[in-house]
Amino acid sequence: MSLTAELGSEQFVLLRVGDRRFALCAERVGELAAPSRVFRFPHQTPEVEGVILRRGRIVPVCDTAAQLTGHPLGTRRFYLLALRRYGVHTEPVALPVTGECELIGAEMTEASGDHPPHVQGWISHGGEVIEVLNIDFLTPGPDPASPAEIAAAAQEHRS
Amino acid sequence: MKAAPQAPVRGRAVRAEQVIVFRIGGQLLAISSAAVQEIRGADSLTGAAMDVTQTELRKVRHALNHRGKRPIYVVHGGTLFGLPASQATLVFLLRRGRAALLVDSIERMAAITRLQAIPQAFCHEERAWYRGLTVLEEGIVPVLNPEGLLNSEEIVLLDATIAAEIGGRPAETETRPTA
Repeated sequence: MSLTAELGSEQFVLLRVGDRRFALCAERVGELAAPSRVFRFPHQTPEVEGVILRRGRIVPVCDTAAQLTGHPLGTRRFYLLALRRYGVHTEPVALPVTGECELIGAEMTEASGDHPPHVQGWISHGGEVIEVLNIDFLTPGPDPASPAEIAAAAQEHRS
Repeated sequence: MKAAPQAPVRGRAVRAEQVIVFRIGGQLLAISSAAVQEIRGADSLTGAAMDVTQTELRKVRHALNHRGKRPIYVVHGGTLFGLPASQATLVFLLRRGRAALLVDSIERMAAITRLQAIPQAFCHEERAWYRGLTVLEEGIVPVLNPEGLLNSEEIVLLDATIAAEIGGRPAETETRPTA
């Protein structure tokens, strides 16, 4: 039996931010990293706290706790490196998380248009309904491109 | 989970680039040495610079008549980057463009072999300020884009202000730049 079949049809990584749990699609998660020094320099993107050096690569740190829970994160134990899409490219973004993360299988219920764009849907796990986050809307970047623009960029990238 | 993809890296060539590592308001920054034409003491501006009273553009307080060419605008690095007030002691006159940069001190020269593009998560003015980020002994340091200090609209605005302020008189007053 494959891992996917054992876990369910979709895989998610559960993360804890403050006293709440959220989920990310597993395919959008790079790795879980131990806390390391955050380097700061002048910039004007308030959602970005600074950068860390991970495997020789400079990765921005985006503290999403205030946006998700209404409170800044007091204690951080790890950085979850999520893969954020920018057009056809992805870049890692470090999300400070409070506790350890867990890989689970679950069925997602898609969110409707009434919900914030960073909520992609919900999963049910251990009697709890957990929001699945859309990292592309949760973290800063240029305005999201339309599907047509992404397709055009992909075509240009291939040619 | 899968491994994060490798960073797109500019300047993969082994050839090193010389940079000047300097401080403004306690912050470490770097600039390509090839981009700097001349380094002067801030005191040397006394008598050579004129006040710019343009209030909308707080980062520029002085203009410099440099070798009879069009005015060079002295950008106050602390104001541009929103750093704590400090005593600027040096001016970098840049090889290209119409900007000079007031800095606190030079830390050292360094050779960099890698320059990573600024991550896309940074999506405001900093994208113009920096060519990218590099890793030095001291940590991760942004490398300035000399052409990002003043944009063309700002230069037009400053030229108009200077023209109005001079009003035909010589562009020289006794001033000394301060932080």
